[in-house]
Amino acid sequence: MSFRYAEEKKVSSEKFTRAEVEDFLYYEAQLLDAWKLEEWRDLFEEDGHYIVPSTDNPDGDLAMDLALIDDDHEGLRGRVQRLMSTYAHIENPRSRTRRIISNVRLWDHDNGELGVRCSVVVYRSRVPGTTSYVADVHYRLRKQGDSFGIAFKHAMLDHHTLRDVGGVLSIIL
Amino acid sequence: MAGFAPESSVTPEIQRIAPRETQYLRDERTPNRFLVHRKVFTDQQIFEAERRKIFDKCWIYVGHESEIPKPGDFVAREVAGRPVLFTRNKDHELRVLLNSCSHRGAEVCRERRGNQKRFRCFYHSWAFSNDGDLINMPDEGGFPEGFRKEDHGLAKPEQVDSYRGFVFATFNPEQEPLEDYLADAKYYLDLTADQAPDGKGMSVTPGTHEYSMRSNWKLLAENSSDGYHAIPVHKTYLDVQRSRGDDIAGSTEKDWKDSHAFDLGNGHTVTVKQAPWGRPVARWTPSMGEDTKETVERSYQRLVEGHGEERAEMIANLDFNMLIFPNLVLNNIMAVIIRTFYPNQPGHMNVTAFSLAPGDEDEASRRVRNESFLSFLGPAGLATPDDNEALESCQRGYEARPGEGWSDVSRGMDKAHPANWDELQMRTFWRRWDTLMGEEA
Repeated sequence: MSFRYAEEKKVSSEKFTRAEVEDFLYYEAQLLDAWKLEEWRDLFEEDGHYIVPSTDNPDGDLAMDLALIDDDHEGLRGRVQRLMSTYAHIENPRSRTRRIISNVRLWDHDNGELGVRCSVVVYRSRVPGTTSYVADVHYRLRKQGDSFGIAFKHAMLDHHTLRDVGGVLSIIL
Repeated sequence: MAGFAPESSVTPEIQRIAPRETQYLRDERTPNRFLVHRKVFTDQQIFEAERRKIFDKCWIYVGHESEIPKPGDFVAREVAGRPVLFTRNKDHELRVLLNSCSHRGAEVCRERRGNQKRFRCFYHSWAFSNDGDLINMPDEGGFPEGFRKEDHGLAKPEQVDSYRGFVFATFNPEQEPLEDYLADAKYYLDLTADQAPDGKGMSVTPGTHEYSMRSNWKLLAENSSDGYHAIPVHKTYLDVQRSRGDDIAGSTEKDWKDSHAFDLGNGHTVTVKQAPWGRPVARWTPSMGEDTKETVERSYQRLVEGHGEERAEMIANLDFNMLIFPNLVLNNIMAVIIRTFYPNQPGHMNVTAFSLAPGDEDEASRRVRNESFLSFLGPAGLATPDDNEALESCQRGYEARPGEGWSDVSRGMDKAHPANWDELQMRTFWRRWDTLMGEEA
């Protein structure tokens, strides 16, 4: 199943409004900006994945290729455990981050999941300076009560390398 | 299991190597002491001399043969600061060509990878074969009498050669043959290549980690095999692996078993040990998940069938961090990483890293490998970003008082058999660096 792009005949969702999806994305951004990473982790479904492909291979084979981040639920647990520690030296003191989300589009998948695509800019500020990440982010969401659960979050960086954006990717996009 | 102990390890370091005192190094005896002057990390003239005396002289890693399996395949990248095309001609021969037109210098290829028989410069349409020969250009008749196309091929390194799939180039016409240059490092390249006992050999996985550090390149040469920093810097990684069931004490002497550091000749070094993490090639640990146990055991069985019990055991269980002088790291740890780096300023380097895997690895095995790799490695892993921070922090310290101070690299000098948490590997690097820097360019 393609996780990207709506088919042309499904350019919007028949079940959800963009406003309610935007509310969810803004809530997720707020959790990340506030470093409430355990609450953020709990937005993911048990079978959820968070993936950032390598910058030279944005459309690579998810099953075989080397990504920058390829976390299943246990991977997310470990990443969050690390980032909440004061021993994650590159994030101690923690970066200040600010996420700007735009160009939100949504569509229905045949399996009932909601496809979402948005453009995200994340500003990351540390004492040595501020850099920014620009990403094309795709989600598959499942309705959970009055909110959503994340089955899949796939953040494709536009940068050709990480060299002009601070060298590494030590925060969550 | 100590891996291959080179001849150099028979005699203790301080008996084998004469003391020296240069503008960069103090390698002293009674008492033993090893100091590196910190100007080597910040000084612009030293940086420019390094380019001539080290990067223009040594064999430098270009890439792995698996990256360009077919005639016409190419990858464009920087090698020793030069833009090159790493390609294969119609006869399957490896070629390294400078990606700069012989006419006016523009890049003849602006894609990062692909398959082409010709490289055509967009500026005046000069076209070159993947042997680097000038094939044609528009209005050829306009050039004066005596102009010969064969004099206008793409520039090339003086020599290109490969060993077990690892391809190197040198811009030094007098450089010794690659196999001699690699010296005892060859044993560990063999041990890596033999992880693929059958079929297609080892292969670089698509997906490159291209990142950078605001620190001097030599700090990464040190850091890549520094066993002493692992516990304090990578505590979060070790804590996470322990929370997944791995047997990790969080103590240097308990977590590195049967550890040694070796001088492999020509500035190459290796540290060997058995580390507390799992290895996809085949050492299963609980952090990999119960559901992967069978996959990892199958991989081990394949090694036994291909190499026999003794060598399979070595391939599966020997963790090692190797530096091939000056800037190639081959770490065979929780996965196999090829890491190379090059400075563009005294205080800044670009780093490129690849994952190397058996070429016919199936999806289940690759899943184990990728998870194991990314649990620690890469610019978004649970460990490597903290190395960036440590090295950048050192660099800020040096730049705060440029040209002042010495770094101590003495650990383990009194020992006949130093371990990976000692610093023999770094001293070996520094002595080679100092020797080359002391020679005329």
